[in-house]
Amino acid sequence: MNDALIPELCNVNGRLEDTPDVFTLDLVPPPGYRGFAPGQFNMLYVPGAGEAAISISGDPEDSYRLVHTIRAVGDVTSQLRTRDGHSQVGVRGPFGKPWPIDAARGGDLIIVAGGIGMAPMRPVLYAALADRASYDNIYLLYGARTPRDILFQEQLMEWHRQGAITAIITVDAARPSWKGDVGAVTGFIGRIPVNPRNTVAMICGPEIMMRYAASELLVKGIPMDRIHVSMERNMKCATAFCGHCQLGPYFVCRDGPVFRYSDVAAMMEVKQF
Amino acid sequence: MIQWTAEQLDAFVQLLHDEAYEVLGPVIRDGAVTYGAMQALPVGYGDEQAAGHYRLTQRGDQTRFGYNLGPSTWKQFLFPPSETLFSVRDDLIHPVENQPGKRAFIGVRACEMAAIEVQDRVFLQGEYTERRYEQRRQQVFIVAVNCSQAAATCFCTANDDGPAVRGSADMVLTEVNPQQPWYLVEAISETAKKLVAKIGGAPANDEQHHQAQAAVNEAAEQISRQLPRKGLRDALFDALEHPQWDDVASRCLSCGNCTQVCPTCFCSTTQEQTDLVSMEVRHQRLWDSCFTEMHSYTTGGAIHHKTRSRYRQWLTHKLAAWEDQFDVSGCTGCGRCISWCPVGIDLTEEVEILRKSP
Ligand SMILES: Cc1cc2nc3c(=O)[nH]c(=O)nc-3n(C[C@H](O)[C@H](O)[C@H](O)COP(=O)(O)OP(=O)(O)OC[C@H]3O[C@@H](n4cnc5c(N)ncnc54)[C@H](O)[C@@H]3O)c2cc1C
Ligand code: SF4
Ligand code: SF4
Repeated sequence: MNDALIPELCNVNGRLEDTPDVFTLDLVPPPGYRGFAPGQFNMLYVPGAGEAAISISGDPEDSYRLVHTIRAVGDVTSQLRTRDGHSQVGVRGPFGKPWPIDAARGGDLIIVAGGIGMAPMRPVLYAALADRASYDNIYLLYGARTPRDILFQEQLMEWHRQGAITAIITVDAARPSWKGDVGAVTGFIGRIPVNPRNTVAMICGPEIMMRYAASELLVKGIPMDRIHVSMERNMKCATAFCGHCQLGPYFVCRDGPVFRYSDVAAMMEVKQF
Repeated sequence: MIQWTAEQLDAFVQLLHDEAYEVLGPVIRDGAVTYGAMQALPVGYGDEQAAGHYRLTQRGDQTRFGYNLGPSTWKQFLFPPSETLFSVRDDLIHPVENQPGKRAFIGVRACEMAAIEVQDRVFLQGEYTERRYEQRRQQVFIVAVNCSQAAATCFCTANDDGPAVRGSADMVLTEVNPQQPWYLVEAISETAKKLVAKIGGAPANDEQHHQAQAAVNEAAEQISRQLPRKGLRDALFDALEHPQWDDVASRCLSCGNCTQVCPTCFCSTTQEQTDLVSMEVRHQRLWDSCFTEMHSYTTGGAIHHKTRSRYRQWLTHKLAAWEDQFDVSGCTGCGRCISWCPVGIDLTEEVEILRKSP
């Protein structure tokens, strides 16, 4: 019987160490897998450790692998890091509202990502690049802590070199050998020519970064309801039963994680809400 | 409708036992009326309640339902405080199949019926169905009771949830005349009609209907607390920075009692339990409270770090967000959180202040 609280155990195709604390787990999708939309997430489960909400970071067109990019921060995520071809990972999902990729068609797309926030953005790029002609400019502004922390660097630079996207990758701190940009990613929004009437913006990162990025984009004239953010709250069930991911009138798992900025901006201003 | 004597009511409880129901109802335990497995209805108990105060009393009469509400709720039987969702053995996931038997709830009050229907919305009417809750819910036979008296903490009239039962109970009783009680019996479901017929009982006459109505009206008149609902959602969402949150935070212990006694609170967390011998892992779900540090924890700390934001989360969820999420208030006016708050915080008073500009 269909029960959204019971995971399916999936085999691991492989694990890739992306950065000192981030890795990518490539899973064999469960039987009956019906794909996902960029921005959706799964609940990944390690028996004995528990579950964690993890966005899907792979290509939505690839039905042979279910890819997640994970930062090891605690119990579950550290245990996920020990998974390899000999072990399994429980999967429930996909859950949540996706990025509004369709709404961006016919215009410019601006993606602003910070840290692990790049993970749920990669599927947007896969999807947009698979249908590149439908979009005008695609900008990626991505901030990482140091050059070693940049996720998917080769791939992003390759897309940039091909001219498929315009990527600005910046780090908070770097040795002099780093030739790229340094500074908060929000400071680079001024560098891109924004077409306020025909742009959809998607932001994922720490809440404070999303607020700054959104306010920069607002200054550029992009309407509030064409800016989207991905919210994060403690999450246990992903089915609106556990009550943990409350955000004012919303459940982040059900009504989000992707929200129109206009729907959450006021709440993001209220401390500890 | 028919009328029963107290003896007929007691016989009905026995009948439910004979018909293989697990009979759950009022049980006197630890100086309070609690709900649990019950043989016969306790007689002559009442309660005295105020903010931060509950005392079991002896009424010196023959009432079966002369008490109002104790700390326990029916929630524990439909959504248990702890349960295993699945276990992992030999690299396989084994969902726990719960096959609940027939159960009867005896003495469900109007506000409690409303609370059960609120949780029906949470667990059955969203995008997903909570299968365990659904299975249990389908097995319950509900004997509801219209209140003939109110506690000082009650305010079911705020939402029109009581004191007369409005929900989908199987049958509804009204207790009249405490010294020598008799019961107006309304059998609603087919099951109830069949069971009630086995006890029999004389048809109630107009005068008796009138007396039963008067008893319920009296309960309504005893209600002293209020929580006006009109405009409440917007008023609370507009008051997120009201200084009263600091004031209540200076009194609130963040103990979570209010969430534990509330019949609609549904927060839960999960836990892994490993049997070291068999190496079986059990994935358990436990009641949780928005007053805990871990409830809002994300890497780097709790979002609701201070008591101020926890109380604000609780109250705005219950009285405001609930309307957006479930199209109903999260409060049925049972007053439990008022009685069982160790420092006597009364949400109706807090709301009154929060509604005024500072
Ligand atoms: C919609 C969504 C998508 C996410 N996508 C990703 C992703 O793609 N990659 C990634 O690395 N991380 C992602 N996260 C964050 C990830 O869920 C947490 O890092 C993870 O739950 C931490 O669990 P832990 O047991 O390792 O850490 P611990 O610190 O041991 O966590 C204790 C508990 O707190 C909760 N918790 C802690 N941090 C978070 C958090 N940030 N968000 C929600 N719950 C938390 C969990 O319930 C966890 O069980 C996402 C979170 C959400 C809500
Ligand atoms: S909030 Fe208080 S009064 Fe309202 S239903 Fe819950 S326990 Fe009862
Ligand atoms: S309001 Fe009262 S019962 Fe609720 S957490 Fe605070 S002190 Fe405890």
